[in-house]
Amino acid sequence: MSIWSYANPRKFLDTTAPWVPWLMWLSALVLAVGLVWGFFFTPEAERFGSSVKIIYLHVPSALMAINAWLMMLVASLIWLIRRHHVSALAARAAAPVGMVMTLIALITGAIWGQPMWGTWWAWDPRLTSFLILFLFYLGYIALWAAIPDPDGAADLTSVLCLVGSVFAILSRYAVNFWNQGLHQGASLSLDKQENVADVFWIPLLVCMAGFVLLFLALVLLRTGTEIRARRIEALRNRARRTGAVRA
Amino acid sequence: MMDLGKYAAEVISAWGISLAALAGLVWWSVRRDRRVRAELERTERDHG
Repeated sequence: MSIWSYANPRKFLDTTAPWVPWLMWLSALVLAVGLVWGFFFTPEAERFGSSVKIIYLHVPSALMAINAWLMMLVASLIWLIRRHHVSALAARAAAPVGMVMTLIALITGAIWGQPMWGTWWAWDPRLTSFLILFLFYLGYIALWAAIPDPDGAADLTSVLCLVGSVFAILSRYAVNFWNQGLHQGASLSLDKQENVADVFWIPLLVCMAGFVLLFLALVLLRTGTEIRARRIEALRNRARRTGAVRA
Repeated sequence: MMDLGKYAAEVISAWGISLAALAGLVWWSVRRDRRVRAELERTERDHG
């Protein structure tokens, strides 16, 4: 069966709806394990003291902030190229989730930065690109809400998503590109030498898995909501047209 | 209660805000989904 068959809204709902509660509970379980492990059963770090416990929320939320936008980029490209409504609605559904993830990354970063760097905020390349990414999320959500024609809104938000992708990528690689600023490099890397110590790294991986599952569950749930909301709108429009013809 | 030392305020506030934001996001998404499902049922009954 072709993957494009899931672009049919009915098929998408029938396939994903049974998965959503399972994914929701699984994400809650994995997150609970990772967060309890990280909070109660990891030691203090030499340089960071107990503030290292912020990493279990800061890093996974930052990871999802960027990846949510990249998922929106893929969905937007599918909309622009193949005009599948489900992909445009999936991008719309992911935006508030990505926005909250970005906000968590920014707030936990500021709270962590204060004792470590002596400041809540610095115009550091990574921090600044994250702030711009957050503003793009707000703009994207506002643009969807501002345009009454759904296809027009999907077109314009897709273009905005393409532009914003530059900042999503910059947020990830800003430290490498500019090699300056307060923010450290990636906490996780395929190169084991660059990683944080295993005692922090393993619960952090569990937390990241929990965030990924939560993101998936929420995007599937919210895409279903958007499809149903679109159906309500279509039914009402049809009723209005029928009423107008009869009148 | 575990001792978080001199960073207790930072750790607790970062965790509190993050968990509240995540819980709020889940609650809002589930609530909106239920509302839209109920509205769709009503609309399909009336116009479907």
